Amino acid sequence: MAAHLSYGRVNLNILREAARKELREFLDKCAGSKAIVWDEYLTGPFGLIAQYSLLKEHEVEKMFTLKGGRVPPADVKNIIFFVRPRLELMDIIAENLQPPREFHILFVPRRSLLCEQRLKEQGVLNSFTNIDEYILDLIPYDGDLLSMESESAFRECYLENDQTSLYHTAKGLMTLQALYGTIPQIFGKGECARHVANMMLRMKREFAGSQNQILPVFDTLLLLDRNVDLLTPLATQLTYEGLIDEIYGITNGYVKLPPEKFAQKKPGEGGKDLPTEPKKLQLNSAEELYAEIRDKNFNAVGAALSKKAKIISAAFEERHNAKTVGEIKQFVSQLPHMQAARNSLANHTSIAELIKDITTSEVFFDNLTVEQEFMTGVDTDKVNTYIEDCISRKDPLIKILRLVCMQSVCNNGLKQKVLDHYKREILQTYGYEHILTLNNLEKVGLLKPQTTTRNNYPTIRKTLKLWMEDANEQNPNDISYVYSGYAPLSVRLTQLLARPGWRSIEEVLKMLPGPHFEERQQLPTGLHKKRQQGENRTTLVFFLGGVTYAEIAALRFLSQMEDGGTEYVIATTKLINGTSWIKSLMDRPEPF
Amino acid sequence: MAFVTANWNPLGEAFYRKIELYEMGWNLKDGLRECLVAAAPYGGPIALLKEPQRRSPSVRPQLEIYSSSGVAMASFPWKSGVVKQLGWTVCDDLLCIQEDGTVLIYDLFGNFKRHFSMGNEVGQSQVVEAKVFHSPYGTGVAIVTGASRFTLATNIDDLKLRRLPEVPGLQGAPTCWAVLTQDRQSKVLVATGADLFILDYTSPPGLSPQATSIVHMCVSFSYKYLALFTDSGHLWMGTANLKEKLSEVETKVRNPPKQMAWCRRPKSQQPSVVIMWDGHILVAGECKNTISYHLEGVSILVPELDGVRIINGTHHELLQEVPASCEEIFKIASMAPGALLLEAHKEYEKESQKADEYLREIKEQNLLGEAVKQCVEAAGHELEAETQKTLLRAASFGKCFLSNFPPEPFVSMCRDLRVLNAVRDYTVGIPLTHTQFKQMTVQVLIDRLVYRKLYPLAIEICRYLKTPEYQGVSRVLKHWACCKVQQKEEADEVIARAISLKLGEAAGISYSEIATKAYECGRTELAIKLLEFEPRSGEQVPLLLKMKRSQLALSKAIESGDTDLVYTVVTYLKNEMNRGDFFMTLRNQPVALSLYRQAQIGHLQSAVDEYNKAKNEFAAKATEEEMRLLRFQKKLEEEKGESLVGFSLHDTIRTLLAVGLHKHAEQLYKDFRVPDKRYWWLKLTALAEKEDWEEIEKFAKSKKSPIGYLPFVEICVKHHNKYEAKKYVSRVTPEQKVKAHLAVGDLEGAADAAIERRNDGEISTVLSRCSPSTDRALVERLNRAKATAAKK
Repeated sequence: MAAHLSYGRVNLNILREAARKELREFLDKCAGSKAIVWDEYLTGPFGLIAQYSLLKEHEVEKMFTLKGGRVPPADVKNIIFFVRPRLELMDIIAENLQPPREFHILFVPRRSLLCEQRLKEQGVLNSFTNIDEYILDLIPYDGDLLSMESESAFRECYLENDQTSLYHTAKGLMTLQALYGTIPQIFGKGECARHVANMMLRMKREFAGSQNQILPVFDTLLLLDRNVDLLTPLATQLTYEGLIDEIYGITNGYVKLPPEKFAQKKPGEGGKDLPTEPKKLQLNSAEELYAEIRDKNFNAVGAALSKKAKIISAAFEERHNAKTVGEIKQFVSQLPHMQAARNSLANHTSIAELIKDITTSEVFFDNLTVEQEFMTGVDTDKVNTYIEDCISRKDPLIKILRLVCMQSVCNNGLKQKVLDHYKREILQTYGYEHILTLNNLEKVGLLKPQTTTRNNYPTIRKTLKLWMEDANEQNPNDISYVYSGYAPLSVRLTQLLARPGWRSIEEVLKMLPGPHFEERQQLPTGLHKKRQQGENRTTLVFFLGGVTYAEIAALRFLSQMEDGGTEYVIATTKLINGTSWIKSLMDRPEPF
Repeated sequence: MAFVTANWNPLGEAFYRKIELYEMGWNLKDGLRECLVAAAPYGGPIALLKEPQRRSPSVRPQLEIYSSSGVAMASFPWKSGVVKQLGWTVCDDLLCIQEDGTVLIYDLFGNFKRHFSMGNEVGQSQVVEAKVFHSPYGTGVAIVTGASRFTLATNIDDLKLRRLPEVPGLQGAPTCWAVLTQDRQSKVLVATGADLFILDYTSPPGLSPQATSIVHMCVSFSYKYLALFTDSGHLWMGTANLKEKLSEVETKVRNPPKQMAWCRRPKSQQPSVVIMWDGHILVAGECKNTISYHLEGVSILVPELDGVRIINGTHHELLQEVPASCEEIFKIASMAPGALLLEAHKEYEKESQKADEYLREIKEQNLLGEAVKQCVEAAGHELEAETQKTLLRAASFGKCFLSNFPPEPFVSMCRDLRVLNAVRDYTVGIPLTHTQFKQMTVQVLIDRLVYRKLYPLAIEICRYLKTPEYQGVSRVLKHWACCKVQQKEEADEVIARAISLKLGEAAGISYSEIATKAYECGRTELAIKLLEFEPRSGEQVPLLLKMKRSQLALSKAIESGDTDLVYTVVTYLKNEMNRGDFFMTLRNQPVALSLYRQAQIGHLQSAVDEYNKAKNEFAAKATEEEMRLLRFQKKLEEEKGESLVGFSLHDTIRTLLAVGLHKHAEQLYKDFRVPDKRYWWLKLTALAEKEDWEEIEKFAKSKKSPIGYLPFVEICVKHHNKYEAKKYVSRVTPEQKVKAHLAVGDLEGAADAAIERRNDGEISTVLSRCSPSTDRALVERLNRAKATAAKK
């Protein structure tokens, strides 16, 4: 069921199994039939750990969503609340209680004194038989990808000065090290990275003595603050997976698509009634075709799909060549696999068509042109007419904010006059209430007035080769293919760390916010890896505050480079794109 | 060496031996007479209370604690009530059970730790008899009162008293009783007459019919077996569940014994029990015969896992079944492989060729491996260092002739024996057998040494056995430090330095535990000094709060990164401090402040935002503007009845235009200095939505459009009015002309514009819009232009 997690360089299924074991243990603690009341936010992340069948095996008979009022009637002995430690949820739980049943709370990912205090104030703390925590920090998301699925991590760290999620990160990394061995080298860039590394080292000291005897799987950990590279998420991702996320949004590994293109055309029925429910698809590397095309530049996907189509139809043609009973038998045994491949092909052809309609539109093209102008440093210091026009047309606010922020980042801040102009335009058009959002964006550094006349972005761009004129979309030779020219800064830093090392870019590192550092963790004797010749190093790259699918694609590209020498596993607080990211920073988010 | 078997006595199939462990170091005037004695299992300490019954205000009984070798560890006059029973806990604490049901707990050195009661109802009827017992759940106490009621506590560290049901028909005190641990439950087994009670009435299967009363009983170390002694002099042995009888022996002694104990080792060949009377003991097994030993003075039996220890006023002995491997090797004329190997080695040392003959004999039977194994095992069971050495040398000799014999058993036995010999030493006085040691584990042995404050030996053993630091040396050092902080005569500075020096880099030391100890002893300053060494902030914080060092606690909590911990401190501070101090404290800690704010969702947040806004010039201006807009909207709402409040400026103007209030829209445009471009877009869109083409045309002609005329074309097309759209195509700038023509569907116009501009890209765009139905001439014209444009 989760076999795709074990195919990668690092078997992430171990982590998933550990999480499942803990869940089973908790469920068995509450003897008898049970109903789970879910904090709705958690159902997605939990889906990556355990399906309903596992819960059912442990006598979970009903599931409800946590909301005000009483728990719906259910003939069960135990009611278990699966919740995040949020105060507002505690009030709702208090309303829900209705004896005579046994109540339990499972806090995810950590129990909190704050919440228990609130339950006490509500006078219900003693109603619970079990109050426990389920430490779910890093969730295996795919064969080479871990996510904490913590939507608000960036906002909390950079806006609210609440470093809880960093604490969870450090704890999660400790759990990871307990399962996969101590990571001997830690590199980092940024304030949060420094903080996480400090906590890790401190926690290691705390456990000193109980030395970890597992042969290290990871050679290096790289911690990167999202605010070291604010630019990348703002740009529109141009990989297949990135575009699916930009346009439809992928949540917890699932995407919901407009149903029209997926209507089953069966002869005779002739498009009687079109399905109205959105089509829900799971997207991960378990699907062979998807694994193959997800990280390609969208312009290369068409060719890949038609090639695949030929292979599949050729495989089906084989049946005519099957003469003997044995050959036919062999053909039949391959049929389920082939049919699955054909379904998968049909799905992705439909998705590609949907996306193509959008990417060929003028709106998309104009937007991309402006983005690329900014990234190459064209007229970033003036008010941009395209943005003005978009505001005048009252295009979606998030689109405007993405562009304005991008301009600000690419210009190392905007001139006060320019910045005020944009802000005034936005407030007058979209409403005064968005002043809070603008304020937030300024606080996290996405928007800022220029303080020095010197704009260091061009230096950074040139030194790190962030813009490649001749990006090859079909057969890429550089990571810049993921944005058709722009090489994500974060990934470039990762690449340069592996070879030739950060010492070569000291000057640029100093221009980027936060300290950069290196730490070593002592390994017990006997656990030093003897590297086979030609054996790749494994680096865990942790994006604090979120990572985009395009960045992941770029890292996968580096892993696959023949002379790369390093394979990457990616971890993050949350998978983001420019839209979801800006939205998490808005104080009155509006549907887009 | 030749006399290894000298102290062996046969009993049925097996042999028994009695070995002297120590000549006791104590000097007791009357031996153990009139003493309450308790000796802990696993070679534990011995407690003596002399003449507990004699109570006069002038003479107080003396309570003494000795090691197994009789070395004094503590002695103090007993000042509390009458003690009925002494016993040891699994942690080497002494339990003194008093007549009134109070149980007092002392440590090895006679320091009072705590006390508890076995129930109020004991008070009047008094404790008649008490027993201390051990189970996997800890140490338990069982008492029987004068009213023949039993009360039981399975674990004294988690005290839950269970009053057991009354025994039916029991007149006066029961003749004897014992505690059983079965099926995770502790039960009392009571004998009245020839009947036994657990919970059900039952009688042991096959009990000799002559017996009319069970006068003594004992349960084996493992609680698996039960032995009963009857008034007819029969000893009945069986399983503790009373399902099976193992044997019955007639002892021909009818006096009730003073004490009985099982003498059975794991994997024993037969069940056997040691019975003690005044002056002699008897070992009884399966066969009719018994072994009898004479006893000097008053003695006590201490049952062990693999034998019985016998302690009297002067000596300390071990009585056990001779282990199989020892028997095989040392039995007279034994031909077992181990015996032959020992012989071979002896001859080898004498440089005699017979060595080869013996060796050959073993090898021919392919039993050399077995022989080595026997020698190693037997060495483990011998207490004499010389015998151990002889056996190990023989084993090592035999190993030379084996190619792939695993080295571990030999090596670990050598190690174990070194440790055992060290703790068996008279000065330490823990006479552990190898079997007991393996059962007890190194961990527990280290604990016991630590309780005895034998820190250097404990550390030596940890290092010698390569125990992981965390479980070994570090733990010992922590105990040492806890002990050290209690030394009142030394200064804080000195102690802190001594501790940090010794503990230094030792891994996994819990400094907070040491600090807690120091704090408990009233040495707050020392505690704080020690806490500085603690790496785990989580551990530092609670103690710091307890010591009222809240500032320090707060910064430690923040250092840990655990926000929940920070909140713990903040809550504490809020309750402890007055408001002013509280906020002053928080002000210096931004992390704490933001967390506190988060906890107060909303209220403070908005206040802080207000503050932020006030500081910001832009925001202040924007607020002002917003208020102006609001006033305008309200006024207009009243005048015109249009609902406007809550709209943005943009939407307000749009609404005004939509309902035809152009003048008001114009006023807003001017008042709020809306940029021309945006106003034009806005007005154009609003008018197009109303499909007010006339107004649009007027608007287009009012002055030169700041947004150009392409938007006019596009918006008309969007509202499906190509006719209107075409009106504006001519006014579009040359750069956008192609686009404009295409928008209104005028391919020819687009082609003309593109060709005129000789723009390759534009020509291609037009070409891409051409379909097969397009005029062929036009396509050709375009292609030609494209060719020339490309050349250029």
